[in-house]
Amino acid sequence: MGGDRCLVLWFPGWAVTAWAMSEGTDPAAPIAVVAANRVVACSPEASAEGVVTGMRKREAQSRCPNLAVLAVDEARDVREFSAVVDCIERLSPGVQVVRPGVCALRSRGFAGYVGSEAEAAEVLLEAVVTGLGVTTGRVGVADGLFAALQAAYAGDPVRIVPAGGSPAFLAPLPVSRLGDESLSALLPRLGVHTLGDFAALGGDAVRDRFGQHGQRLHTLASGLDPSRVQPRVPPPELTRQLEFEPPLALIDQVAFTIKATVEDFIAGLTAAGLACTELRVEITGELDELVARSWLTPGVFEAAAVIDRVRWQLQAAAGSRLHSAVTGVRLEPVVVDALANHVPGLFGSGTDERVHHVLSRVQGMLGHDGVVTPRIGGGRWLAERQVLVAWGDRPSVGQGSGEAPVARPWPGMVPDPLPASVFTEPRPVQVLAADGSPVTLDERVRLSGPPAVLRDGDARLRVLNWAGPWPVDERAWDPARHRCASRFQVVDEAGTGWLLVLQGARWWAEARYD
Amino acid sequence: MQAVEGPRTELLERLRAQVAAKEARIRPCPYPVPAELAALLPDGGLKAGAAYSLAASGALLLALLAEPSREGHWCGVVGMPEFGAEAAGHAGIALDRLALVPDPGDQWLASTAALTEALPVVAVRPPGRVGEGEAARLMSRLRDRGGVLLVHGPWPRAEAQLSLGAVRWSGVGDGHGHLTSREVTVTVSTRRTPVPRSARLVLPTPDGRLARLAEPVPVEQRLGLMAVG
Repeated sequence: MGGDRCLVLWFPGWAVTAWAMSEGTDPAAPIAVVAANRVVACSPEASAEGVVTGMRKREAQSRCPNLAVLAVDEARDVREFSAVVDCIERLSPGVQVVRPGVCALRSRGFAGYVGSEAEAAEVLLEAVVTGLGVTTGRVGVADGLFAALQAAYAGDPVRIVPAGGSPAFLAPLPVSRLGDESLSALLPRLGVHTLGDFAALGGDAVRDRFGQHGQRLHTLASGLDPSRVQPRVPPPELTRQLEFEPPLALIDQVAFTIKATVEDFIAGLTAAGLACTELRVEITGELDELVARSWLTPGVFEAAAVIDRVRWQLQAAAGSRLHSAVTGVRLEPVVVDALANHVPGLFGSGTDERVHHVLSRVQGMLGHDGVVTPRIGGGRWLAERQVLVAWGDRPSVGQGSGEAPVARPWPGMVPDPLPASVFTEPRPVQVLAADGSPVTLDERVRLSGPPAVLRDGDARLRVLNWAGPWPVDERAWDPARHRCASRFQVVDEAGTGWLLVLQGARWWAEARYD
Repeated sequence: MQAVEGPRTELLERLRAQVAAKEARIRPCPYPVPAELAALLPDGGLKAGAAYSLAASGALLLALLAEPSREGHWCGVVGMPEFGAEAAGHAGIALDRLALVPDPGDQWLASTAALTEALPVVAVRPPGRVGEGEAARLMSRLRDRGGVLLVHGPWPRAEAQLSLGAVRWSGVGDGHGHLTSREVTVTVSTRRTPVPRSARLVLPTPDGRLARLAEPVPVEQRLGLMAVG
């Protein structure tokens, strides 16, 4: 006979439900998820307007003009479905995820425990509704996975095919339910329209004509599905959380108290054969504040490094985003890698590993932003072109994604050679003409007089040569970031070159050629 | 007599070559510097375990960091918040092997000591006077790791002092042109050679590097316009 009794839970239009769950909204509006210009899932409201799966996007929009169209995102579907699986696993172990939106379990044990298969289905559906608020679920129970799946598709919230009744239940269904495109196109042309007709064909004849694949489908159509439920192994819980009672007010207290939890967190990862390379730390305050950020490391997070990250995050947030005592810390591994890839070599680790250890130690002394590596980005001002990325962080500009790529032309940029010293904060200076009056520009960019003296703090330097003005006028469309200034190059009596900026009536030193 | 002399000199030569090879293996190889500066430095490069005192931090420092960086070494810069990273890239420093500690504050010595553990070339600007004891402790660590320290400012018992003089910028006039290149005299004075050596170099060149000063090319006197015909 076929496989054992199967219970299948099906959530129609899972992609829409997953989107609503991740966005935290109610999927009451007409929504359709589209892949390759075809509707793959739609909300009940959209179906009521006449949108069906497989329809072209434009046609769906013409039937339902206020249709919200989403791109398909399989990662989101899988992620959100794991919450449903967790919810079911709390009641009955041994759940197999067939695909996002469909899961199966052996019905015998759980049905025996609850009383009957109908009650088991009700209990599971109710658990999903109360736990996650997902009301679209349907249940089918039958012999074998294929028949149970077809029972779930049947349209009733719960459909139970009695034991041994699978062949009779499947017989009137169309052959397209086998899910094989070429076969479901070919069989009707041969006069075979239903699964019952297909099952009535001789097994040997089917194997001769359609091969092994056809024979397998023939077994499914006959209601003799041999496949059994293959329960998933629940993933180990790697996230760690610690609540402080009473809340802690000092950073050192927090760092000391979480030590055991952090070691447990790392031990849990190591036991699972994993190494964490990206970590998310969430800190909750007494006034319901949530300070969360992700931390990266070029190596692997160890316990001391995690405690450092928590400490830095608290230091950065204290007073600005966190105004109360800390009530809890949550550690979540965002990106993990197989531990085998990070085992130190037999003959000591490479240079980069040593560099990473040393730079992390200096970061431990000075804070996360204490050690930086420079990246060159785009821009017209030298200070904004060099982006300092804290050691271990992902650069936001450069070759990767970024808002100001360096490869674009930046008209108004200083010509080569570039100054060796760039002031991160512009340095206020004064430029005086020969008669001691400050040098200014009029509205037609004419100088009031040639620069003769540069005053940098107390130093009074004679100007030997100068060039300019070179106007820089950027972002005229954005009143908040609009900047209009003129640049000058000046060589003083000591032979030092200066890159000066005149903005309004104020002079600044942007950089120094030394 | 002559017959004995021949093999003996040959033997001596061979022994000398062997000793030189052994010495070369024991003495750590100096970190490379551009050829223009190698002629000025006593070892033809930056000696491992030594500190060099620079009078200026800008283009000269970039030129000294560029060669070790090109060889694949990591470089660190401590206490120089205005370090121009883009100019460093143009000078030939690999920015992905460059670590900056812009504002170490009071911890500058501890940070520098930590960086010398793994980074072979570290540049530092001490915020104030450096005591003999502090310097000696750092230097013993540096000798142990075989690194090089480039200090902007005075440093007790520095291997050599590098300074710039007779600066002349070209390309800029009175209200016209722009800075293109700079001629400088780089002077190196060491403890071992009492007479400082100096050379006239172009630092930076228009592409931000270091070059020997080209011999002045005599400009051919061209005739002005003449009325003909």
